[in-house]
Amino acid sequence: MKVSLFITCLGDVFYPGVGKDVVELLERYGCEIDFPGEQTCCGQPAYNSGYHKDTKKTAKHMIQTFEHAEYVVTPSGSCAVMFKEYPSLLKDEPRWKQRAEELSAKTYELTQFLYRVLKVNDTEASLQARATYHTSCHMTRLLGETEAPYELLSNVRGLQLKELPNKQNCCGFGGTFAVKMTPISEQMVDEKVEHIEETEAEILIGSDSGCLMNIGGRIDRLNKPVKVMHIAQVLNSREA
Amino acid sequence: MPMKIGDHSFDQRVSKGLGETHMRETVRSAQGRLHTNKSKAEEDLGNWEDWRTLSEEIRSHTLENLDYYLEQLSDNVIKNGGHVFFAETAEEANQYVKEVAVKKEAKKIIKSKSMVTEEISMNEALERAGAEVIESDLGEYILQIDDHDPPSHIVAPALHKNKEQIRETFERLKGYDKTSKPEELTQFAREQLRQEFLEADIGITGCNFAVAESGSVSLVTNEGNARLATTIPKTQISVMGMERIVPTWEELDVMVSMLCRSAVGQKLTSYVTGLSGPREEGDLDGPEEFHLVIVDNGRSNILGTAFQSALHCIRCAACINVCPVYRHVGGHSYGSIYPGPIGAVLSPLLEGYDDHKDLPYASSLCAACTDACPVKIPLHEHLIEHRRIIAEEEKKTTRGETYAMKGFSVTSSSPRLFDMATRAAPIMSSPFTKEGTIDKGPGPLKGWTDVRSFPAPEKERFRDWFKSRKKEDS
Ligand code: SF4
Repeated sequence: MKVSLFITCLGDVFYPGVGKDVVELLERYGCEIDFPGEQTCCGQPAYNSGYHKDTKKTAKHMIQTFEHAEYVVTPSGSCAVMFKEYPSLLKDEPRWKQRAEELSAKTYELTQFLYRVLKVNDTEASLQARATYHTSCHMTRLLGETEAPYELLSNVRGLQLKELPNKQNCCGFGGTFAVKMTPISEQMVDEKVEHIEETEAEILIGSDSGCLMNIGGRIDRLNKPVKVMHIAQVLNSREA
Repeated sequence: MPMKIGDHSFDQRVSKGLGETHMRETVRSAQGRLHTNKSKAEEDLGNWEDWRTLSEEIRSHTLENLDYYLEQLSDNVIKNGGHVFFAETAEEANQYVKEVAVKKEAKKIIKSKSMVTEEISMNEALERAGAEVIESDLGEYILQIDDHDPPSHIVAPALHKNKEQIRETFERLKGYDKTSKPEELTQFAREQLRQEFLEADIGITGCNFAVAESGSVSLVTNEGNARLATTIPKTQISVMGMERIVPTWEELDVMVSMLCRSAVGQKLTSYVTGLSGPREEGDLDGPEEFHLVIVDNGRSNILGTAFQSALHCIRCAACINVCPVYRHVGGHSYGSIYPGPIGAVLSPLLEGYDDHKDLPYASSLCAACTDACPVKIPLHEHLIEHRRIIAEEEKKTTRGETYAMKGFSVTSSSPRLFDMATRAAPIMSSPFTKEGTIDKGPGPLKGWTDVRSFPAPEKERFRDWFKSRKKEDS
């Protein structure tokens, strides 16, 4: 099966290691990875800030870039959701809207693709650690994927997963929100870190680099002994 | 300035809110309690998503046919012997109520809770006309005696105060000398209010839903004060936003159930009252005269726009109770009597962007509000639509933001520019980088690095790795 990977701009520039794990994971299940080199960013920062005319250009570019794909897989629930916004963004241009719908229908977040399309619930990973999982808002509420990450994590050997208290609350990332409303965002991420500490987890796992960049950045600033890992890294962990 | 509270800037209000430790603790624990109770009430009912869909259908059908149902309502109120007044503006509504008060030579007016009368500043208008206005909802009463402290929540207006602060307010202003036990505080307020009910010339209520088919007004409360306000005074006035209407009692049943479950996690509140006009011959109580004031105040301008579904709101506050921003900044930070996500959507619609243009940005777009709303209003999408209007139509964003977003969009729609920018990122950021992180970011990164460290861009991008791997393979 051929899978076109949308690595996301954060994944490309800041977390290339996550991308390597994604590739290895998917290849293990027989996927042939295609990486369209023309890909850029999903356009969410501009879209969420209200610059929709500008976002349309980005959207059209991404639609073209992935037009040939059979499946589009991305290690970010939030960016997957943005692809799924394209049809409504382009609602006044019927031809583009149609193409946007096609892209939307074949786009999956990584764990969703593993669990729902490849029917994998055990990646045979092993990682000895106490961990907790952050449910990202867009992935949970807008993409509606609440099962896949838990299923997959529950089968990682040695991983003790403790539920994060108040997991439904946003970590305070919100894209430009984090820089525009810094004092509020700070309180939100602080509360998130507090709850992570309550679980006594050594590792915080998440499915969205944006949230992890936010929570991880705060953890780093506060010098807390918690390691941050993307779910792809966990699912591809092999311990002797 | 009816809805707007105070003259401080958004940033000032937020920093004040963030500094109020008591308020934040109170809000945090209320959100926790309400979350548990609401989830339980959803489960008890079963098929919550289906009920939400039905509720959304009821609301959108009603709003699509609003003129029809309003006419039916009005005809039936008149048939029942009541009076109806359509007020296009806040001033018209207040003027009408004032005239009734003057005609009745009303000295004392007792009110049950109503957000729309807050919206149009009816109390102030009546007070200027020489009447004494007394709030009888416990929360509203506390705020009123505390020098008209504005409400911070649409269901629990005094949510920002804890019981110790309430005890202190009662002691300072009403000579209260007991403890901060809620039962004792409530008993005290009850005693204070009982006499006021008996002396009131007019009772004013809001309206949770008007029922078009019978010309009735329904009131949903837990304290029973609305019952007293509608039975003792000789004249009753109900004030409603023009969208607060259901076609028949059958829809009322659904909406009240959704309201109670979403607002407080109860199957039903202690009192659900249905009133159909003034007392008839043989009735033991009830007002001799009944007036229904239907307030537009900007609502009809929302009809037919992308925001129409905001008028589906049943003011249950579920969106506020799950909002992580409200959780930390509290209601007053919004600077509007309608706080939280629905406030951030509604305030700019009803009063314009001048005073409320920061509100659509006071959200991380986490969509907890949209998820919680019993009538499925896409609140976070409305917030984005506001941002779009502010950026593209009103052009009220800063020049810095506009350039940044234009630059971003040009780059992300051009693979060549994107490649150049991401290739240059590690070099550009190297002066700021130490041990793989950026601690003091330049420009727009500053807000980020004030609070968090920022990862330095990696020297080898994913795409470079992928390319070289492909080469090795072949
Ligand atoms: S927007 Fe929805 S959740 Fe918020 S108060 Fe209105 S009905 Fe309730």
